Amino acid sequence: MFNPNATDIDGPILFSPENEKELDTLLQRYPYKRAALLPVLYMAQAQFGWLSPGVMAYVAQRLELPEGKVLQVASFYTMFDKKPAGRHKIEVCTSVPCCMMGGFAVVRHISEQLGIGVGETTADGRVTLLEAECLAGCGYAPLLQVNGEFHENLTPERIDALLATLR
Amino acid sequence: MERVITANWHVEQAYTLSVYQQHGGFKSLKKVFGMERGAVVPELIKSNLRGRGGAGFPVGAKWSFLPKGTDVPKYLVVNADEGEPGTFKDRFIMERDPHRLMEGCIIAGFTLGLKAAYIYVRGELVLATRRMEAAIAELYATGLLGKNILGSGLDFDIYVHRGAGAYICGEETALIESLEGKTGQPRLKPPFPAVVGVFGCPTVVNNVESIACVPLVIERGAEWWSAQGSEKNGGPKIVQVSGKVKRPGTYEVPNGISLRDVVFSDLYGGGPLDGRTIRGVIPGGTSCPVLRADQLDVKHDFDALKEKPFETMAGTSGVIVMDDTVCVVRIAARIARFYHHESCGQCTPCREGMGWVSKILDRIEAGGAKRAEVDQLLDIVNNIRGNTICPFGDAVGMSIGAYLRQFPEEFIAHVEQGRCTYPAW
Repeated sequence: MFNPNATDIDGPILFSPENEKELDTLLQRYPYKRAALLPVLYMAQAQFGWLSPGVMAYVAQRLELPEGKVLQVASFYTMFDKKPAGRHKIEVCTSVPCCMMGGFAVVRHISEQLGIGVGETTADGRVTLLEAECLAGCGYAPLLQVNGEFHENLTPERIDALLATLR
Repeated sequence: MERVITANWHVEQAYTLSVYQQHGGFKSLKKVFGMERGAVVPELIKSNLRGRGGAGFPVGAKWSFLPKGTDVPKYLVVNADEGEPGTFKDRFIMERDPHRLMEGCIIAGFTLGLKAAYIYVRGELVLATRRMEAAIAELYATGLLGKNILGSGLDFDIYVHRGAGAYICGEETALIESLEGKTGQPRLKPPFPAVVGVFGCPTVVNNVESIACVPLVIERGAEWWSAQGSEKNGGPKIVQVSGKVKRPGTYEVPNGISLRDVVFSDLYGGGPLDGRTIRGVIPGGTSCPVLRADQLDVKHDFDALKEKPFETMAGTSGVIVMDDTVCVVRIAARIARFYHHESCGQCTPCREGMGWVSKILDRIEAGGAKRAEVDQLLDIVNNIRGNTICPFGDAVGMSIGAYLRQFPEEFIAHVEQGRCTYPAW
């Protein structure tokens, strides 16, 4: 049962007025509510920071879906955070061909600089480090994405300069 | 060669409607509005334009399968879930020339009497998403989308729908499931999407590059388009070269160009890095069987690469080059790990088999495997192949199987020496 006073995130679990409007727009795009689940989960993640059990229950209620269906979908897709992530999410491509172009060396370098392993978040909540499968930039390897922006043809110096900008 | 598909890639702000129109944008749509509705599909069939998402299915034929004269809404779904390792072309179409894709969508809408197009874009492609959303907003503001477009009587909408990180959603029926708000698990076919697609309605699913080519076929004519390629492989196309070459990047080439030219020509891949030799080439993304360096004298198109002794695929035209510093066993192991991670879990042979394949390959690469495990590996991949709902299982079987077939000595050497002798990653 959805509990608007759930304590798994700070504050009440209610969409902001802007997101209520966005929800109306999204629902008009599809012939039925369920089809809006992915965009609504993105919206919820952007507002609440992560998809806590309380947030997923709220989404289920708003889209008139069983909570289990929302959990099932949220856990199938890697871009939905089922635990809190850092303010900046670094995703390093280690797929073929990046793996042979130094992708793993980039992961090691960042890991050493930040003192965290893959899948971990710095203690101050600043950065989460992830390995990604092919990011569609294979010609410019090695590369990473941070907060959706591409950084290509990486060198240790460029990585350090980038890390310094992430506050 | 003349840039056709990529003509706008280096034009400043070609992603805006005004610049796109200055460069001839939306002329094809206006031409189509003046044509008989039924004239576009025969033109596409004649052009030999084939699907650029991997399978190479003729676009005109696919459009012709959509039932006519039904009352249920029909849809176009654009597969923009670019995620096949080695592939990076659709992203640039969406980022730099999104209106060409939109123009193709609207032409499809008019020709096939569609209600709307959904562009299913990979969640990671944030700039591409932003550029497409901006393009769509411009089109609504100028009457090129919405009700009665340019007085043609066509009501048509385009929506962008973001995926959320699942490779399998590039498979068309998994993509449709995902668009309906479900986990991306492929459907059994038949029924094919043309009959029962998204929201239970007839649906045509096309790749980004395929749809972006449609206005160009209309503009240049089917005969011109067909003449640009090899037999039954019409048009220029975008190859992407990555890995151990001097000039990685995207290049527009005639269909049927020699694979050797793609890898070695100074216009394209530029050949191996100084002092190195090429060992293997994947011709179209990691699902395609690998070729040895002595097998590059083949036309890069959907038909020639299928023939013996190549037995591979043109796929997405993502050409991945490995040189003599690259351990092919480790590449196979990396691909297996990818497939294990991306298996949707629906079919047992794929879900379980890929875990075994991945573990055995890791063990062989590390030097801790027995000789019998190399044979066992082939047995497992052959039992995945053909025993799953979607082509993912076949791709696994073919691509992993090809490393064993093409480079058996490398696998044996790892077992016999008990270690990998190549530089670490």
